[in-house]
Amino acid sequence: MIGNINFVSSFKKANIVSITVFIISILFILFKGLNYGIDFKGGTLIELRTDTSTKASSIRNSLNSMNLGDINVKKFGKDGDYLIKVEQKNIKNSDLIPSIKKTLKNNLNSEIDFRRVENVGPKVSAELLESSIIAISLALAAMLFYIWVRFEWQFSVGSIIALLHDVVITLGLFSLLSLEINLSIIAAVLTIVGYSMNDTVVIYDRIRENLLKYSKISISDVSNLSINETLARTIITSVTTLLALLSIYILGGEILRGFSFAMILGVIIGTYSSIFVASPILKFFKVSSKTLEKDEQRIEP
Amino acid sequence: MLNFSKINVISIYLIFIVISVFSILNFQKAEKFPIDKKVNLGLDLQGGSYLLLEINSDTLIEEKIQSKVIPLKKLLKDNNLNYSNFKINKKTLNFQIDNVDTFELVFFSKKNNIVNPFIDNYRSFELDYKKSNTNEIEVSFSKFGLLTINNSALKQSIEIVRRRIDDVGTKEPTILQRGEKRILVELPGLKDPDRIKKLLGKTAQLNFRLVNNNTEFGVDELASETGEMLKISKRIVMSGENLIDAQPSIQNQENEPTVSFTLDRLGAQKFGRATTDNVGKRLAIILDGKIISAPNINEPITSGSGVISGNFTFQEATDLALLLRSGALPTPLDIVEERTVGPDLGEDSIKSGLTSLIVGFLLVIIFMFYKYKIFGLVANTALVANLLMLIGVLTILEATLTLPGIAGIILTVGMAVDANVLIFERIKEELKTEKSIIHAFDSGYSKAKITVLDANITTLIAAVILFVFGSGPVKGFAITLGIGIITTLFTAYFLARHLTSIIVLKNKNKEVKI
Repeated sequence: MIGNINFVSSFKKANIVSITVFIISILFILFKGLNYGIDFKGGTLIELRTDTSTKASSIRNSLNSMNLGDINVKKFGKDGDYLIKVEQKNIKNSDLIPSIKKTLKNNLNSEIDFRRVENVGPKVSAELLESSIIAISLALAAMLFYIWVRFEWQFSVGSIIALLHDVVITLGLFSLLSLEINLSIIAAVLTIVGYSMNDTVVIYDRIRENLLKYSKISISDVSNLSINETLARTIITSVTTLLALLSIYILGGEILRGFSFAMILGVIIGTYSSIFVASPILKFFKVSSKTLEKDEQRIEP
Repeated sequence: MLNFSKINVISIYLIFIVISVFSILNFQKAEKFPIDKKVNLGLDLQGGSYLLLEINSDTLIEEKIQSKVIPLKKLLKDNNLNYSNFKINKKTLNFQIDNVDTFELVFFSKKNNIVNPFIDNYRSFELDYKKSNTNEIEVSFSKFGLLTINNSALKQSIEIVRRRIDDVGTKEPTILQRGEKRILVELPGLKDPDRIKKLLGKTAQLNFRLVNNNTEFGVDELASETGEMLKISKRIVMSGENLIDAQPSIQNQENEPTVSFTLDRLGAQKFGRATTDNVGKRLAIILDGKIISAPNINEPITSGSGVISGNFTFQEATDLALLLRSGALPTPLDIVEERTVGPDLGEDSIKSGLTSLIVGFLLVIIFMFYKYKIFGLVANTALVANLLMLIGVLTILEATLTLPGIAGIILTVGMAVDANVLIFERIKEELKTEKSIIHAFDSGYSKAKITVLDANITTLIAAVILFVFGSGPVKGFAITLGIGIITTLFTAYFLARHLTSIIVLKNKNKEVKI
């Protein structure tokens, strides 16, 4: 086991950092906004492969003549691979995409391989955004309920605050770095919710056990003991998960890059929050062995 | 926790072997094995096109409400209800009436109500009305009336979409209803969906109407194929419904691509009569409100077959024939979502997905061995078993594997060791206070049990929600993540525990380090 580290003494400092970062993240999300991809904003995405000599500017110029609104062209992986995003306004899919393809074929002196075409209409993108928000809210509510059933309400509130902390800061970082939010990022956020919860539950489980075992010790000391006892597991699991995620991030290709990046952030933030957010909240609610007494029989079958 | 009865051991390994065997089915080349199950590759991995179509029923509702005008007026007259200011709007009919109570009575009569039939399925009338203060009545379709119209239009559209796609001949298309107004189309292996999109974008309502100035039925002024403005009678001589076949053909004299059609008996009669009565006049062939051509009627056509020309290329003639054969769509279809992946990108995705899976897997295995030595081997054996079972379950369910699905498998690899790590760390703690090794392992397993369950159920909740709300590739991620959790629990609590028990029981008198 790793030595006895005094986590509780740094709770205060950590909480100030957490609250500050949390508020900055909210400010970023509110004022800088999130960079929604076509899944949520509607529009067209085209991934193409051309000669390595083709420049992004020549793609941009040839599309500018079409008056398509906002156009974003960026390199995507290898030389000659580009990702084009077109903010589409009320043009029918069946007219728009063939005409973009034709324009590019006529203007670029190169073979073009259209590797991926995605087009999401305004109605569908609004629905996707709505169902994503519902999904994340529902996941949080389900976690809240599960922990409330398995533990006490104080634990449930603590874990949800830790989850909100993780989700908001991950999204805040995405806003800061102007990274795209699409359906796979929502999948990542939901997985982060699951992972962070998993981590919190392990520590909470130990806190509950130790509260019952050492009823005389304060919650601060019990938290500290429990965090230390589970620390080796916390680190090992984070390491193996991060190893898997790094492998996806580096070798999994461009499409999975955003997803794995969000997950890497989430795992780090989630591990931090289980120790430095979820645990102090129990102290804040003055949880003690008495809090558990009424449910003692249910917990230890 | 370390005692296993023979039956327990046999059933654990039997379950493991049976499920794992299914994973091997994916690697067989020839289909020698009697069970033909495989994990399906998602469109993002094998390449193909996903289209979400939405029926646009505005014009249909307009037509339907207009068809209520004459019966409604008749109903009002028959019941001596005086109306004034009758107006036909896009989705409503408005008029003034004095005796609203009587109107309500006849309007919502269940007996022989031709104007406003009662829909038994929904226990609702087709139409509904609203009354303003000034006794103005506004009749419109009820919620369920609209639903019925949309439903039947959707059912019909799905049928026609299927015929058109089958006719083009793509492999294994999926065509499904999605909600009340949408059709999901998946076309695996299709590189360029533009032709299919073009074919689905046309309602293909074909009409034959005479060119004349006779205003008895009213006229429309339409531009002909040469740009000449023609007055076209609103009376429809014959429509596409009467076609039983259409094929592309080549007119011999000029080598011009055309479409030959064959009519059913009723169509042949109508067409024969109209061409006999109007020799010398021009007959306009109109598709979706546009004139294809307006040839002269040189002689009566009574054979029940004919030819449409209109400066087509051969591809255009082929497509028009296909559209006419498959029938007209009741409403236009809008493409509200499209996702197309080329086959080479799909191949690249499989390659990079598999590479990262193998590398991630090896990294985790090396780390676990370094950390736990012999018990690391136990955890790693469980991990391999886990992977085999996960793929096995995916095969049994014939689930669809997507690129995010592969990411889900890699993530499962990273997270699956958690259960064993929790248990091993617990055993380490128990070993400090417990003298008997067997007892330490035993209580380690039982004490960690609740934590392992709690921790995995939370992730499972996230996976289930993702599966319910996610779409396409994301659903694939949820499936692998969710199944991964279940196989993880099985391998950690049964397989790994049994392997651990073998090691512990063999070394019960020696010191065991973890």
